[in-house]
Amino acid sequence: MPNLSVSLGKLKLANPLLVASGTFGYAGEYQDLVSLKKIGAIVTKTITLKAQKGNPPPRLCETYSGMLNAIGLENPGLQAFIDKKLSSLRKIGVPIIVSIAADTPAQFARIARRLSSIKSVAALELNISCPNLGKRGLIAQDPQATYRVVQAVKKATSLPVITKLSPNVTDISAIASAAQRAGSDILSLVNTFFGMAVDLPTRKPILGNTTGGLSGPAIKPQALWMLRQVFRATKLPIIGMGGIMNTRDALEFIVCGATAVAVGTANFVNPRVSVEIIAGIKDYLNKNKIKNIKQLVGSLKA
Amino acid sequence: MSKIVQGNFQILANKKVGVDYFKMEVGAPSVVKQARPGQFVHVRCRNSIEPLLRRPFSFHRLKRSSFEILYKVIGQGTNLLAKKRKGDKIDILGPLGNGFQLSSINYQLSTILVAGGMGVAPLLALAEAGVGKRSCPVLIGARTKREVLCAKDFKKLGAKVRIATDDGSLGYRGLVTDLLKKLLLSTKNCQLSTIYACGPKPMLQEITRLAKNFRIPAYGSLEENMACGVGACLGCAIKTKQGYKQVCKDGPVFNLQEIQC
Repeated sequence: MPNLSVSLGKLKLANPLLVASGTFGYAGEYQDLVSLKKIGAIVTKTITLKAQKGNPPPRLCETYSGMLNAIGLENPGLQAFIDKKLSSLRKIGVPIIVSIAADTPAQFARIARRLSSIKSVAALELNISCPNLGKRGLIAQDPQATYRVVQAVKKATSLPVITKLSPNVTDISAIASAAQRAGSDILSLVNTFFGMAVDLPTRKPILGNTTGGLSGPAIKPQALWMLRQVFRATKLPIIGMGGIMNTRDALEFIVCGATAVAVGTANFVNPRVSVEIIAGIKDYLNKNKIKNIKQLVGSLKA
Repeated sequence: MSKIVQGNFQILANKKVGVDYFKMEVGAPSVVKQARPGQFVHVRCRNSIEPLLRRPFSFHRLKRSSFEILYKVIGQGTNLLAKKRKGDKIDILGPLGNGFQLSSINYQLSTILVAGGMGVAPLLALAEAGVGKRSCPVLIGARTKREVLCAKDFKKLGAKVRIATDDGSLGYRGLVTDLLKKLLLSTKNCQLSTIYACGPKPMLQEITRLAKNFRIPAYGSLEENMACGVGACLGCAIKTKQGYKQVCKDGPVFNLQEIQC
């Protein structure tokens, strides 16, 4: 039996397969379809301090080998999440990573502090890279802003902190380094790419928000390239994502330097994809007589 | 709540029923076991990354161990579906959504079904569940005679079918909502009726307006671009008086007076 368990700093997972924030709701939506306890870790839909109503429809559309979304972080807010969503998540028995977003470092810290007092939270993922909030720039587009948010959260919590990076930057390694300097324990990348789609008959944008985030297999080569840059620029463990559809895609991310991987858009197409990939990785390791998944991490011959 | 199933099921038939219209029957006992009219299935048109997302289709007919969907060939997904043959397998996720609340239907009172174009799809399942057997009015609107679907199926159930076409090539020349208005004006105690509708947005908006004026309840099956189908991605939101709701999970059937367009 090959060893699939991985450590991302203090965060220990039974296997390297996560479901990405915003693509798996609060997991209960998938309970009829997937054996949830087999998943390495579940990352929740992003939570903000106050409830967010989200963006006007249409919120998504399909594009070539991908999709655009502009949900706008619709969520019930921190307190309602704790009261209504967390207990069923806890019962699954796998590490729960809560994705959080806020406007200021102080607000990020406030949410982090509140969640730190709850036993069933395994780690926090800082969503500083959501492209759908109608703001001028993203926190993850600015090394200093990234540093300030990560630093504030680190002071507020002893939970492992994952910083989620945006691909909408000139030099992703500069942002990754800033997160590392500020004390981030783990990095996750990539969030979605800015994009848009046009309805030609009306000459209007298809999305109610005009722009959205592009995800799906269309972005995989770019995600791999960015992962490789971050892997070389920092020492932090990385959760790789961006268009992973199957076992082979997941293994490519691991070879390029991801200690763990997350599936996102693929959940919509095949709700069982996460557990299928876990089985697929096991098969691959067996066939290639690799005893431990860690041997593959960053093993790209380049 | 019905339990959601995902699996590969066998296609029992896939027949052309009009210019670009097809009817597909899929043998899926576990899917239909708990399904009801107004719910839908999310279909993977091909096991590949293009097209990427599943396509939602409401139940057109619910049988003991199979269901039918009615679809129009429009894009890549439906083109692929049209090429499937009897005996092929197809990846189905369902039953999804809330469906029509059959328990709230009072059969002593009259029900009116209004379909625009492909809107006949979920309404036949509703009619077959009992609603249509009471010689209820079924109003079908389409652009031309060639696009009028399922009139025979409704007639077989004993329903009183009336047809409106934009060009007058069959039935009344004009909008199906004109037929509805005439019907409501000519019906004694029309406030005892309930309307069930499916069709394009302008049609549903007009029905909402008429239903409000005549003070009768109206339910509609709605559409929106959709990804997960199970309420996880929050992508198929529509605006209601109580804020955004998800077509896939809170709908697709809504009380039309709740919808804000």
